[in-house]
Amino acid sequence: MSASERLRVMFGAAPLKPERVTPAAQQVHQLKRMTKADFEALKQHARDHQLVNHKWRNRRWAVLLLVNLLFTFSFWLDIQMLEGSLTASRFVGFHLIDLNSALQVMLAHRHVIVNLFIGTATVFVLWVALGGRSFCSWVCPYHIVAEWFEWLHLKLAARKLVSDHEFHRGARSVLWFAFALLAVLSGYTVFETISPTGILSRALIYGPSLALGWVLLLLLFEVLYSRRAWCRYVCPIGMTYGMVGAISPLRVEYRLEHCFHEGDCRKVCLVPHVLDVVIKGRAADLKTPIGPDCTRCGLCVDVCPSGALVFGIKGLNRLL
Amino acid sequence: MNDKRETEAASEAAPLSPAGEAAPVVNNRRARAPVRKQANRRKFIRSAVMIGGVLGLAMLGYVPVAGAQRTRLRPPGALEESDFLASCIKCGQCVQVCPVAAIRLDDIDSGFGIGVPWIDARAQACDFSCDAVQCILACPTGSLTYHKPAALATRPGMPLARAPLLKAKEKDAEPTLNLAERMGIARLSRPDSCLAVQGKGFRGQARGADFRGRLRYVERDRWRPVAVRDHPYERDLCNLCVSECPIGDAITMLATVAADGRRQYQPQVLEQCVGCGVCEMICPVDPAAIVIDARQPWAI
Repeated sequence: MSASERLRVMFGAAPLKPERVTPAAQQVHQLKRMTKADFEALKQHARDHQLVNHKWRNRRWAVLLLVNLLFTFSFWLDIQMLEGSLTASRFVGFHLIDLNSALQVMLAHRHVIVNLFIGTATVFVLWVALGGRSFCSWVCPYHIVAEWFEWLHLKLAARKLVSDHEFHRGARSVLWFAFALLAVLSGYTVFETISPTGILSRALIYGPSLALGWVLLLLLFEVLYSRRAWCRYVCPIGMTYGMVGAISPLRVEYRLEHCFHEGDCRKVCLVPHVLDVVIKGRAADLKTPIGPDCTRCGLCVDVCPSGALVFGIKGLNRLL
Repeated sequence: MNDKRETEAASEAAPLSPAGEAAPVVNNRRARAPVRKQANRRKFIRSAVMIGGVLGLAMLGYVPVAGAQRTRLRPPGALEESDFLASCIKCGQCVQVCPVAAIRLDDIDSGFGIGVPWIDARAQACDFSCDAVQCILACPTGSLTYHKPAALATRPGMPLARAPLLKAKEKDAEPTLNLAERMGIARLSRPDSCLAVQGKGFRGQARGADFRGRLRYVERDRWRPVAVRDHPYERDLCNLCVSECPIGDAITMLATVAADGRRQYQPQVLEQCVGCGVCEMICPVDPAAIVIDARQPWAI
């Protein structure tokens, strides 16, 4: 714009389009040009961010509550569908035995009867099919309670009243071996004493116990000191089912093309290290399965506005 | 915060640096490393303390087990105590099948015994209303078992001399219980307060109107146990522990003649006693004159 042109605009004339644009500026303009489709996609993406979707969370909570209530009502109302508690039960007569509890008993007692073996094998096959750590997020009663208290932790953390103190994730592996070793050496199922999963499951079925005080302390620790500390750094049950999940075909898949690398998934994830692949530049291929430590909770699937994370079954083209 | 300040300091220093352009980058790394190292060290120490804490708390469960003042009465067919705690998977399936709800689960104050079944015989004894010892059938790990494997410990005096006769099944083709070992043994611990010893009878509800315990009275209903308070007694000489005992030849009323010619009575526990606790539950005096010594052998 020439000096006279600028003066003319000051005195009241309308600004005109420039007659000549430098090549450098032309190049920048070119880069900024969008097709209509691009523009609409951008708008749509921004709008999708506003959509709050809790599809998988709602399904998961429903399943978790249903399973635990089925235990409770099988006893209370004597409908006898799922008798026992999460450590061991019978589903219409078929033995089901929690893998970690079975491990503790086998190591402590060193005598395996047929029913114990059958129940353990059944549950092993079941969770290989269903995704291993999906036990954690879809069945474990401590998970849902911890999820609710995590919400409190995040509220307090946003106001800077508390902060998350991380532990080394290797701690869980150390504890897994330590509890296995203690069972062998002491001859007692040491872990069961403090297992909030067993305590909560029994409390839901057989009525409240003093042990709920311990569970409450754990939850307070997670709210005030370290986010989801038990599930992330301690629980050997999660570790056991994680190993099962390593050979499971059911997992969350990451699709690079759909990803905007905004990282919302990592913020909601219980185990964000499994989502390292979503960081810009990390994905080795167009599709990447998420690792065995993933609890298949679906929070990332819900939160991703562009469908970059979806449930998938290995070997099946059709995605859920 | 610290991190940022040091980075700023490094970039401010850059123009003054005579060493050229690479210098600020090197400085920057040197300034940041100790902070990261310190954070990692803190995390490591924090994790080690946490691991120690979790293991320590779990091992605290040994304290109530080691210093067990009370020996719990366990359900029928239970392995020896240490084997029992090791093999029990804490699922409570035995609780669910008991028709008189005699079995309850231990709490965290029992340490390693958390979630392990026991019976408070005074409140609700095992009266074998189920006939087949359902809790043993329900147990998925063999903690409660019909046939103990030879490798597992057995104390002398625990195995029963012969299969116990269940009075309720007396007329059945198979009148015995599938139970190889006793749960404990009954003992007349307070003979002075025993009504029979005093030569007294008993009339009314054995344990009062508020007692919630139930018992199978075969003559009323073989399959539906009845609340003890709904079954009042009328006895000229109290013999509830003998008459309500569900097992044959487990207890008898011993009658002797004293020097002055008066007849004297005293309940006498016999070797076939399985230690189920019905006598302790039904004893109308408080505290009970006859009790179960949980997990104790027959020793005479």
